[in-house]
Amino acid sequence: MTWVLVSVMTVATALSDLLQSYEMKRAGAQSVGARGMGRLLRMIVERHYLLLSIACLAVSFFSFMALVQSAPLSFAVPASAASFILETVAAGILLKERIGPRRAGGALLVLCGIALLGK
Amino acid sequence: MGTSRTVRTYSWLALFLALRGGGNLCLAWGTRRLPETLAANPLVYLRSLFDPFVATGVILLIVALLARLALLSVADLSFVLPMTAIGYLVAALLGRVILHEAVSPQRWLAVILIFAGAAVVSSTPHDTTGEPEKP
Repeated sequence: MTWVLVSVMTVATALSDLLQSYEMKRAGAQSVGARGMGRLLRMIVERHYLLLSIACLAVSFFSFMALVQSAPLSFAVPASAASFILETVAAGILLKERIGPRRAGGALLVLCGIALLGK
Repeated sequence: MGTSRTVRTYSWLALFLALRGGGNLCLAWGTRRLPETLAANPLVYLRSLFDPFVATGVILLIVALLARLALLSVADLSFVLPMTAIGYLVAALLGRVILHEAVSPQRWLAVILIFAGAAVVSSTPHDTTGEPEKP
């Protein structure tokens, strides 16, 4: 059951972030400030992919809660970092982002740090 | 890459980190003041929302989610992921300074790794997918 929860959480997080990134890039640069925030709230209701991303976020959140109920936190936190790898790879393939060696190296350092946090 | 776009990217990032840091701090502070332990009972969670610190924390985290969405409108996902991990550093600092929590050397090492990784990523272009279509 533990690995099922980890898989659900990882896939749901990755899906949520990919949908958010795709839809927000389509929406264009958002202005900083109260008006920008109001516009973002409206956007969540109007754009179906953003709504779907919030649903995925909820699935990820509840999977994490179920995971920490049965597995140690020292396992759950680094396990949740698995989505980091999946998302970076998917961003390169699906969103056509250029991930050079420097960005990949930096992301790897961050991943090591997150894994160490959970120990 | 335009300067104004870079300024906007880092403004959203700073706002997101401040909101998430503040939100987590309020939640930690608020939940420690609660008279009952958070358990499987959802009613306990609902009741906790009436605590002003918990409520403020939840509101700040919702606004942080909006700031992250805005950040994704100007920067790559593969850029945002490691950069927003700086939040771990903010959390460790706030926990140490304001909540007087003990932070182990191993945790400080983790924070340094995250910060170093974020610094490396910040030296890469934040948007590699070209100009987005106008709204």
